Amino acid sequence: MSTTNAAHTEGSSASAVAASLEFVAASKRYPGQDKPAVEALSLEVPAGEICVFVGPSGCGKTTAMRMVNRMIDMSDGDILVGGKSVRDRPPAQLRREIGYVIQQIGLFPHRTIWENIATVPSLLGWEKKRMRERSDELLELVGLPADFSDRYPAQLSGGQRQRVGVARALAADPPLMLMDEPFGAIDPINRERLQNEFLRLQADIRKTIVFVTHDIDEAIKMGDKIAILKEGGKLAQYASPAELLMYPAEPFVEDFVGSDRALKRLALQRVRDIDLWKAATVRAGESTAEVRAKLADADIAIPLLVDDQGRPKGWLSERGMQGERVREELRSPADPIVELDDILRDALSDLLGSDTRYGPVVDANGAVAGVLSMEVLSHALSVPAEHIPTPSELAAVEADAS
Amino acid sequence: MIAALAPHAPALAQLGGDFFGNRKNAVNRCPGNNGLCPGWIVDNINQYFTPLWEHVLLSVVPLVIGFVLATTLALLAHRYRFLGPVFLAFVSALFTVPSIAFYLILLNVTGRGYATAVVVLTAYTQVLIYRNVQTGLREVPSEMVDVAEGMGLTRRQILFRVELPMALPTIFAGLRIAASSTVGIAGFAFFAGAGGLGQEIFADPTFRGNVVAASVLMILLATVLELIVLAVQRAFTPWERAVRA
Repeated sequence: MSTTNAAHTEGSSASAVAASLEFVAASKRYPGQDKPAVEALSLEVPAGEICVFVGPSGCGKTTAMRMVNRMIDMSDGDILVGGKSVRDRPPAQLRREIGYVIQQIGLFPHRTIWENIATVPSLLGWEKKRMRERSDELLELVGLPADFSDRYPAQLSGGQRQRVGVARALAADPPLMLMDEPFGAIDPINRERLQNEFLRLQADIRKTIVFVTHDIDEAIKMGDKIAILKEGGKLAQYASPAELLMYPAEPFVEDFVGSDRALKRLALQRVRDIDLWKAATVRAGESTAEVRAKLADADIAIPLLVDDQGRPKGWLSERGMQGERVREELRSPADPIVELDDILRDALSDLLGSDTRYGPVVDANGAVAGVLSMEVLSHALSVPAEHIPTPSELAAVEADAS
Repeated sequence: MIAALAPHAPALAQLGGDFFGNRKNAVNRCPGNNGLCPGWIVDNINQYFTPLWEHVLLSVVPLVIGFVLATTLALLAHRYRFLGPVFLAFVSALFTVPSIAFYLILLNVTGRGYATAVVVLTAYTQVLIYRNVQTGLREVPSEMVDVAEGMGLTRRQILFRVELPMALPTIFAGLRIAASSTVGIAGFAFFAGAGGLGQEIFADPTFRGNVVAASVLMILLATVLELIVLAVQRAFTPWERAVRA
């Protein structure tokens, strides 16, 4: 079994290694309780992927996560990090190699930001100069100014503290990170931003991550794989978000992901990922015969008038086609205009808000790339789940593009 | 208690004979102004310097010993939780013993003098310091300990790098209360034959100039000690003053 993969090395502090994680029938039973907290959990997280543990409260998701760094000792089974049992080493030593982020963040108020970030490096005996350099590097990585180094946590906002919490977990470059509702205490607007930032960061650092949340939407957004746990610590399903939404394994999963799971799937894809309608784009002054030829080849029977740069101006009316040359006579404006990078859910919302139920799709330069319609969207939902990329793949594509 | 003290009745009488009113002629030094004249205080301030120094030693030494002792007890109670209530009951009980009774009980053990006074005054600091160290440690948010443990700090590292530093403001608050209270209680140290400003007061209790001079010096001493503790606290807890930028 290949257990340790060299991941991407691009990026400022991209680290070298992520470790695979494997639960082997790991169980936790508390004395005096008839039901186990976690029951024979078996699953494998490949190196460099985000695995989300999600489920209702009392489902054992946090317990399962805490068994990895032995904050809770399992009663049975085993957990392997990079192929080695977590029981092989003293807990303190094991934990220094596993990043740890909690909902309350838990920055030490009596230590400056750089001292907080250097918590694990100082335990490992790094020199002060190296710790300060590492702290500067990580502040940059999480998008905070370097002059935060000497401030105290009380001087930062919630979102800034959360970023420092992530930087601190990354300080000693651990191959595995545990994150227990890391965005749970952040307001919805900032949460969304921090989630996006974190996905971009992950595309760069490619750590193996166990992420615990009770929020199915967050799980779908963050997870490469999602483990849905139900009461009694039983694994209900372990699958990619798209698979989970398309083929829920049992009524519990179906219930938990919600009856809007088709809509949720729309959040997993961007307009660029699906097959769009081909449009007949025409310019004013073009010959109408040519336009008719184009229309025969297009998926929508209405010509789309564009300007010299190929940017949509509107849908051409019959009258505009009556002469030999196309005249600028519009039946309706090019509305809504959808961007290739929009997620399908937002694009659908745009379509629903317009009369036409279809709209031109433009690329980054504003030029027409195709047409999105309700038919296109409903077809996209019938595509098998395997073809739907995971969040970290999406983020990687985005990082490459920028 | 009274029965226990009965054998000491002669000693009590002796203490009284030694100290009360042995400077009776002083009353006439300042006949006007109801016995309170600033001029006399200014002229005679020198006679208070030695008692003041004695009082400083009677306050600072018990505070230092008391701090070490109470902190040790609190740390033991932090490590072994069942000890907490036991220690608290013990140090609280110490605090309720009247100082005169305390001195009399110790007469047979440590005799009269400075050492006896230090033992008693140290005993009185215990409850104030102990309770605050314990409270300070207990009030460290559990997620701080959790995240420290999760990052691989050992029990000892968590105590010295996280819990104790975070408890410092509460610990210092206890030390400040203990400082002013010790200066006050040390006013009775003369019962053990340990001198101090209290001895000056009781040597001539009817002469107001004397009483006021000695009392004001005690108040000043208490204030200065508190300020010193506060200064040390500020030096050790810079994060407390960090203002949101």
